[in-house]
Amino acid sequence: MDTYYDPADLAKFAQIGKDAPELAKKFFDYYAAVFAEGELTEREKALIALAVAHALQCPYCIDAYTRACLEKGSGLGEMTEAVHVACAIRGGAALAHGVQMRNVAEKISL
Amino acid sequence: MSAKSPEAPPAFAACLERHGLTLSRGRTTALQVNVGRICNMACRHCHLEAGPHRAAEVMDLATMAQTLDYARRGAFEVVDVTGGAPELVPGIGDFLEALAQGAPRLLFRANLTALAQGDEALPRLLARIRAVVIGSLPSTSPSQAESQRGPGSFDPSITALRALNALGYGQEDSGLELHLVSNPAGAFLPPAQSQAQARFKSELARKHQISFNSLYTFANVPLGRFRQWLTDSGNLEPYLARLTEAFNPAAVPGLMCRTQVSVDWDGRLYDCDFNLAAGLELSPGQVHVSQAPCPPLKDAPIATGPHCFACTAGAGFT
Repeated sequence: MDTYYDPADLAKFAQIGKDAPELAKKFFDYYAAVFAEGELTEREKALIALAVAHALQCPYCIDAYTRACLEKGSGLGEMTEAVHVACAIRGGAALAHGVQMRNVAEKISL
Repeated sequence: MSAKSPEAPPAFAACLERHGLTLSRGRTTALQVNVGRICNMACRHCHLEAGPHRAAEVMDLATMAQTLDYARRGAFEVVDVTGGAPELVPGIGDFLEALAQGAPRLLFRANLTALAQGDEALPRLLARIRAVVIGSLPSTSPSQAESQRGPGSFDPSITALRALNALGYGQEDSGLELHLVSNPAGAFLPPAQSQAQARFKSELARKHQISFNSLYTFANVPLGRFRQWLTDSGNLEPYLARLTEAFNPAAVPGLMCRTQVSVDWDGRLYDCDFNLAAGLELSPGQVHVSQAPCPPLKDAPIATGPHCFACTAGAGFT
């Protein structure tokens, strides 16, 4: 193995069911239901997944949902904005914890 | 499956067999006429490699006359004129007018940028003969549209669509139909037609005050310039695999090749525009428009190749 991440592994995802087929079936059925058209369109759900994939920094998910977004008709402008949403939430979460820093500092400072 | 197909074994025929399907003709009701490879653009997804450098490869007046005779003999319900950019073919106006006299429904696949560059005579003619206009617009995003069709292609396309709207095309109750075609700007499948149509309608109305009747979303066919790009970019194998895995048996009965015959600019006949690009001619004995006594008969076989997976992926190509 040259690297921990191999793009070809993405297509092997279903192999996770080999030694626990019932759990895998439940997961994949649930996964399919989540991404099916509902109150949100499949396109909107793919954009959310793309943003989450960036927040999690999962290369498999970024690969899969970049393709999915394009195939659902999203443009690069929309996809880039989705990535910025992930960036803003991650960055904002870090910054918001600055309040904790300030609370602690104020408590122990003169 | 033809021996000319670049990939062996005959995967498409084998795939049909696995699904218990055969691909043969229904009643042939449509005549597609490819009037030439000349184009003012060189789109990266073009399966015909049309472009400005192919000005000599256009239908001449004698072949137009032979095609008109064939159209009359065949009593086709639909005649579908395509290119290249048909706007740039000498004599296209008279040819369209003559075709319209015999065809209940005449389709004109416009290159919107060429239509925008020309004078108003052709759009007015199209409206007068009640031709249905079909224009290519890959995306409502200028950058994505131009990544496929070339820099500077988006604004003229919008100009042409506005001009067609002004003539009544795409307007409610005018009876002048304006349809758009969107091919993906890359090695991926197109979105579902109904969802993409709703977005195109709202985006084009909001941003450009443009209306149209329907949007067709089609997969790019791995032939010609698009195939070269797939090869050069390392996308060929994954894209062919994507098309194959997306095979939809339900799309087979509605494939356009079952009801259509295509005539190329030189008069040669093919099952469809993609077989034309691949050089897969119609069954022997009916190879030239001047010699074909009638449209291909019901149940006649249809030549296939690996590119056929582009027409059966997802919702299919009809």
